[in-house]
Amino acid sequence: MSTEIVERSAAQIAREVNGGSLSAREAAGAALAQIDRVESRVGAFLTPLHGDARAQADLVDARVRAGERLPLAGVSLAVKDNMCLTGTRTTCGSKILERWIAPYTATAVQRLVNAGAIVVGKANMDEFAMGSSCENSALGVTRNPYDLDRVPGGSSGGSAAAVGAYEAAIALGSDTGGSIREPGAFCNLIGFKPTYGRVSRYGLIAFASSLDQIGPLTRTVEDAALVYDAIAGHDPMDSTSIDRPVEPTANGLLESLSGLKIGIVRQFDTRELGDDIDEVYDRAYHDLEALGAELHDVSLPTADYGLATYYLIAPAECSSNLARFDGVRYGLRVEAQDVQAMYEQTRAAGFGPEVKRRILIGTYALSSGYYDAYYVRAQKARTLVARDFEKAFEDVDLIACPAASSPAFAFNAKSDPYSMYMMDYYTIPMSLAGLPALSVPCGWVTPPGGTRPLPMGLQLCAPIFSEKLLLGAAHAYERATQHALKHKPQVSEV
Amino acid sequence: MSQTLLERKYQAVIGIECHVELKTATKMFCGCANEFGGEPNTKVCPVCLGMPGSLPVANGVAIEHVIRSGLAFGAQIPAFSKFDRKNYFYPDMPKDYQISQYDMPLTLGGEVKFWREDGTMNACRLVRIHLEEDTGKSTHAGSGDGRIAGSAYSLVDFNRAGVPLMECVSEPEIYGAQDAVAYLEALRRTLLALGVSDVKMEEGSLRCDANVSIRPVGSSELGTKTEIKNMNSFRSVHRAIESEIARQIEIVESGGRIVQETRGWDEVNGVTHSMRSKELAHDYRYFPDPDLVPMEIVPETVEKIRASLPELPWKRFERYTAEYGLEPKQATQLIDNVPLAEYFERVVTASNHPQQAKNFVLGELSRLANETQTPVAESKVSPEHLAELIVLVEGKSINSKIAKELLARMWEGAGSPKSIVQAEGLAQTSDPAAIEKFVDDVIAANEKVVADYKAGKTNVGGFLVGQVMKASRGKADPALVNELLRRKLG
Repeated sequence: MSTEIVERSAAQIAREVNGGSLSAREAAGAALAQIDRVESRVGAFLTPLHGDARAQADLVDARVRAGERLPLAGVSLAVKDNMCLTGTRTTCGSKILERWIAPYTATAVQRLVNAGAIVVGKANMDEFAMGSSCENSALGVTRNPYDLDRVPGGSSGGSAAAVGAYEAAIALGSDTGGSIREPGAFCNLIGFKPTYGRVSRYGLIAFASSLDQIGPLTRTVEDAALVYDAIAGHDPMDSTSIDRPVEPTANGLLESLSGLKIGIVRQFDTRELGDDIDEVYDRAYHDLEALGAELHDVSLPTADYGLATYYLIAPAECSSNLARFDGVRYGLRVEAQDVQAMYEQTRAAGFGPEVKRRILIGTYALSSGYYDAYYVRAQKARTLVARDFEKAFEDVDLIACPAASSPAFAFNAKSDPYSMYMMDYYTIPMSLAGLPALSVPCGWVTPPGGTRPLPMGLQLCAPIFSEKLLLGAAHAYERATQHALKHKPQVSEV
Repeated sequence: MSQTLLERKYQAVIGIECHVELKTATKMFCGCANEFGGEPNTKVCPVCLGMPGSLPVANGVAIEHVIRSGLAFGAQIPAFSKFDRKNYFYPDMPKDYQISQYDMPLTLGGEVKFWREDGTMNACRLVRIHLEEDTGKSTHAGSGDGRIAGSAYSLVDFNRAGVPLMECVSEPEIYGAQDAVAYLEALRRTLLALGVSDVKMEEGSLRCDANVSIRPVGSSELGTKTEIKNMNSFRSVHRAIESEIARQIEIVESGGRIVQETRGWDEVNGVTHSMRSKELAHDYRYFPDPDLVPMEIVPETVEKIRASLPELPWKRFERYTAEYGLEPKQATQLIDNVPLAEYFERVVTASNHPQQAKNFVLGELSRLANETQTPVAESKVSPEHLAELIVLVEGKSINSKIAKELLARMWEGAGSPKSIVQAEGLAQTSDPAAIEKFVDDVIAANEKVVADYKAGKTNVGGFLVGQVMKASRGKADPALVNELLRRKLG
């Protein structure tokens, strides 16, 4: 039964394919069939890759038959469309790259393919990864599999929706200020952002280079650990990728939290989020305690400056990173009288409003008269935010807080940019500090006016390079609470 | 007032920015071959094309080359350095920003020592040397003059994009076109000696811009400068600066003001022309490149590079002129031909006769080299054999005529001069009895000439000497021949 296959975890599929009781072709076929069944309602993919996936699955089967043991054998994979895949269009959710075919493959994607994963499609996203709802995609609408009237979260919304709707067992997303953790929370998934520099960014179309990090979106912590183990590690093609041995995480998942000190951030008062939500987090913190953790108050006094800091640094870098989309070499070109006009008209037509807004903010923040007042100050503030964490981690092993201030919201609910930016309030500080953090399902809330219970995410954060501890603890919490299994996605009902 | 008098009233002040393409196996931030030329867009990859998602990885050899250059000019090497992005839009710049260095270059200060034709040594301080990546190259088609205005379309070749480019920025301490060229020559020959660049202007691996201003003689303030670009030889640098100085003097003399701007050099008409006004200067929005981690330059690395520096051309110039007594022009000639200079050095070491070494290397040997289109250093005459030849001449074992013949045979591959001399009995004869016999024979055989000589036509003496030399097959010691002839005819 194919439905059964798509609901299996990646770990289970890999075990079965390696063991010979399931073929990669069957596993991939099940995912492709699920795409055919639900994609018209979910809209997770910009480019489904049925043919490529089947060919890839046959290769995996051949490798397994030849005796190879592949950690992700036959596991269907959705790739956010800001990661390059040779011969496949890679759009970044933007009109300017709508028809661009990548001539090479991103390191993280290649490593998953090498591990036996099968790319079933390129997933929708907020244009150039700018957004917190996936509504900023210029190329399509993606719906939350748990409530089709709501957003999947952003910017890795397509990746999250694909896994949430069982169209893929795992997905790669990219997280700049929360873009894996927030859609992970909205779609009842593990959304995991590793330490900055742990996963190569080679082949990831940059939004803000000093913040961007590739990570997995999965249905279980074990799956997240498997993906992480496959993609982490130094890449000579990315000089910001850290050349330091990676400790495998999948074999170190914890069963309890005893002996662990977990910090609850004093500044993040969940009572402000409404009674229902407060209750979810209150319960989550108690569960951590019940699992043996010792809870401590920690203080992140500069956390409030996170958002402002982020919205200077990220746009500054994006204003420069996106300059190459000028119509000269690839992508959209609007013909004009001279090269200057061609640049202007191409970029005017090719970029959406949010991208333009950030390019303008960034250009302003870097301009000679304002550089010190904005960019330099933001960099200093960033250092202070990182120091807050360092200080907090002197007392605790992990920090727990919400992943987002609300569950998934309805389309067009956040019409002004600022309220959208506020969605990343809880995730941005960790991004500024380069820390590993993840979102794990922690409860359900039916929002006012909503008809269905929606998942909420608990964010756990660890010191740099502490992925093993982070995933281990999340696993213990996940096993004990089983929140993800309490409700099925709406798409499964029909 | 005449032009010369006007020039005595003003002093030109020149600063030079030099772009030098570094000699490395691969490009600055990727693994593409760093080679000149080739079919357009064949030496490119996602990284040097700035393809979406590609990332730069810095070339360690290029970084070492810059440090090496800095050390050669006595620059400071800061402990930390980083790459910055210089943001501006240009069609042949793949990323629309150039990875460069802004406030933390690899080297700071230092000076370029240069010498004038008369041999006097001068110096111009450097502000900095930094490392960046080169851009591609645009060709504008259909406009006739190769300019973008009016062209039907433009072609871009990215083979050069991403080639490591080092920028040497001088202080405004050069006071004339002649010195500007001397500075550039010194810079060029130093970089060549260091092996960091091919420094070929015709291939664009050495490009320079000159900032020119004038001020009244005696003033210490800097005048408004203009920047001249597009000079593609040292000769055009000289002409362009001269022409620009004259233009500026003319403007000031007629009561005008110099406008700060970028000017191009028109080789054909010999004038500079306005390219763009500096008042519309770009805001490059420099900021640290987040794709490249800051560099820590450890002292051990610096010391290792310092220890590997070769003798610098200006030092060599001093040694050649002071120790070997070479004329400035000859010393320069040798220094500018590194293989020849090395050859020369080996001859000097083996023979201990710098003057003779210079005479042979720059004289007869260079002549043979020119004739046969074979560089001296690649010829069949080894420096040791030439030294042997010099020792034979100096020891009066052979005379210079024989030496010349020997050299010609050595050029053909005859090997050691000693062995040829021995095998063919070419050693100079200094035996008076043997020479006397030749002299007597010649006198006997040339009665008429002898009579003329005795009648006062002493200029025929040369003929008689020649006859004796010929009779001795060139082996007779010419001094002895002269003496004997004089005695016998006197």
